[in-house]
Amino acid sequence: MISIPLTYFLAAGAALFGLGLYGALRRTNIITVLMCIELMLNAVNINFITFSRYITSTGSQVTGQVFSVFIMAVGAAEVAVGLAIILAWVRRRQQVNINEINNLRG
Amino acid sequence: MPHNAWAIPGLALLAYALIVFFGRRFGERAAFIPIIALGGSFVLAVINLLAVIGGATAEVRFDWLHLGERTITMGYRVGPVEAVVLFMVTLVSLMVLLFSKGYMHGDAKFNRFFANVTLFITGMLLLVIADNFLLFLVAWEVMGLCSYLLIGHWFEDLDNAKAAMKAFLTTRLGDVGLMLGVWMLFLATGSFRFDEITKEISKGQMDVAFLTLAALALFSGAVGKSAQVPLHIWLPDAMAGPTPVSALIHAATMVAAGVFLVARSFPIFQAAPDAMLTVAVIGAITALMAALIATVQTDIKKSLAYSTVSQLGFMMLALGVGGFAAGIFHLLTHAFFKALLFLGSGSVIHAAHTQEMHKMGGLFRKLPVTGATFIIGTLALAGIPPLAGFFSKDEILLEAFHFERAPILFWMAVFAAFLTAYYMTRSVILTFFGKPRDHHVYDHAHESPPIMALPLLILAVPAVFAGLAGAPFAGSWLQHFIDPHVHLPEPSGFVQNVAIGVSVAGIVVAFLIYQVGILNRQAAIRVLKPVYVLFKQKFYFDHVAMGIVAVTVAISRFVATVDKWVVDGLVNGLGWFVFQMGQGARRFAAGSAQAYAMVMALAIAVGLFVYQAMGG
Repeated sequence: MISIPLTYFLAAGAALFGLGLYGALRRTNIITVLMCIELMLNAVNINFITFSRYITSTGSQVTGQVFSVFIMAVGAAEVAVGLAIILAWVRRRQQVNINEINNLRG
Repeated sequence: MPHNAWAIPGLALLAYALIVFFGRRFGERAAFIPIIALGGSFVLAVINLLAVIGGATAEVRFDWLHLGERTITMGYRVGPVEAVVLFMVTLVSLMVLLFSKGYMHGDAKFNRFFANVTLFITGMLLLVIADNFLLFLVAWEVMGLCSYLLIGHWFEDLDNAKAAMKAFLTTRLGDVGLMLGVWMLFLATGSFRFDEITKEISKGQMDVAFLTLAALALFSGAVGKSAQVPLHIWLPDAMAGPTPVSALIHAATMVAAGVFLVARSFPIFQAAPDAMLTVAVIGAITALMAALIATVQTDIKKSLAYSTVSQLGFMMLALGVGGFAAGIFHLLTHAFFKALLFLGSGSVIHAAHTQEMHKMGGLFRKLPVTGATFIIGTLALAGIPPLAGFFSKDEILLEAFHFERAPILFWMAVFAAFLTAYYMTRSVILTFFGKPRDHHVYDHAHESPPIMALPLLILAVPAVFAGLAGAPFAGSWLQHFIDPHVHLPEPSGFVQNVAIGVSVAGIVVAFLIYQVGILNRQAAIRVLKPVYVLFKQKFYFDHVAMGIVAVTVAISRFVATVDKWVVDGLVNGLGWFVFQMGQGARRFAAGSAQAYAMVMALAIAVGLFVYQAMGG
């Protein structure tokens, strides 16, 4: 059976994580930032599933896959809460620029 | 009953409280509060004195502090010395208060003056009956404070304020020694009480060098308070205060406190012969030097001030040569006639509105009561028998005559006695006799009101008769009373003749120069120019003192500069550094969540990289 090498999956995951990290750190639209965080979570999910598949070549270990399911659930919850916060913020300030959220400035 | 002795200062304290809290309501009638209270104190003092003469003594004390195993007591003691000094202080205080009622009439700070004087009297009375050094110190400081306040009573004039400061700081210099001495004695004996300290010392187990040091430390307090050389410089300046203050504080009582201190701690001095000798030498030098300066003073009060310094020197000399009773005797008689003289000078100033003797002259016709009492005081001070000063001074000369360690002290004292008679006669002639030199002064002069004249007349009585209490033909009763174990020096006809001789000689010389005009004073001053200038400049003590002060100030300035630039610089620099650190750190807390996340991500990345590099 021809299999795609492990590295490919990891590279794809890392690329996705990098994209997400960049977006989370650099984008100014707060909704985009939230999306980018989701992207990073999914990149992590790819890694989990990849390792799960490769480590357990016997096919009996599913820990990594279970983890990714949990992450999806937690991610959904996080989006629900995060969007609610953002909505409240946007309603209050009428804007979505993350650089304006600096109330804790020292 | 001597057990009521606490009420003597107690009444004065009560009067002080009343005048402070309610004095304003009474206006100038407030003066009667302390006068009545002191009247009560005086009666009590007389009763006490009679009781003590009858053989009673009182010692009352209570536990004040428990320090570990030691118990410090507070209390008072009334024995013969205390009883006679209480009598003297209450009498003089009462007279001065009466006199002040007239003298301070119309003063803007009338009530404050009386309050301060009353507090001072409280301090003095407390000092006399204190049975331990702690209470003694408290009273001592109260007097110092009141002295400062009263010298600076007219502080609107900067010179007066400066004189007050000078007096306070100069005496303070001596007080440091006093406190050190008290502390040393406490360390050595574990007690502040005079009787316990005496008991410890009489065991004879203490190191003489230590005792000498302690005695000298105590003596330095006395030098400051009693204006002995070299700390005498404050007393003449203290004449800036109102004249009744000069009479009470700076002639009769407070300055005698230093003498009283030495008398109080006499057993300590007796155990340290070198300290005794120091006391005697300082006393003799002071007596002579101050008398020399007094001969060229033109200010009637300054002349009396130097006379006081000189007489205090006599008392110290008496104590130093071992004449405990003679010293106390002179302290008493001097208080009476010097208070009389100062109040008399106050009366003159009140009448003439000047203190310059060269502007007076011929005032006797205008001020007969003042003049007569002033002359009595002068004769008493000059030592003309049978007035008070003769017997006490004779006693001191006799003690000095029998002092074998330094015979010169006797001759110094004799010369000082001659000068005393001389300068006092000079004052009398310049003030009361001769032609009026300033007609404006003369025409406006008038005798003082009865409330001022009365104290003069009353004080003239003890000035005349107080000496008889210790006169040899009366069996030296006072000396035996003060000190039952007294060893009276062998009477000497030689000393007595010398004493009378120099007194008369002094008066005659002054009479010839100032009344008869036997020699041209201007010419004499020209011939004796260097000596005259030396006396006029008060032996340059003030200059030396100011030099020392200047050096101290310079050092202080230097230290202040170091403090400001080095010490403060260090502290402020540290603060500045931390502040700058904070300023830098502020940038990291920009409030941007993205920036925080960036740092976090970088830190994790670096952390992982390091973890990897170290070999997992």
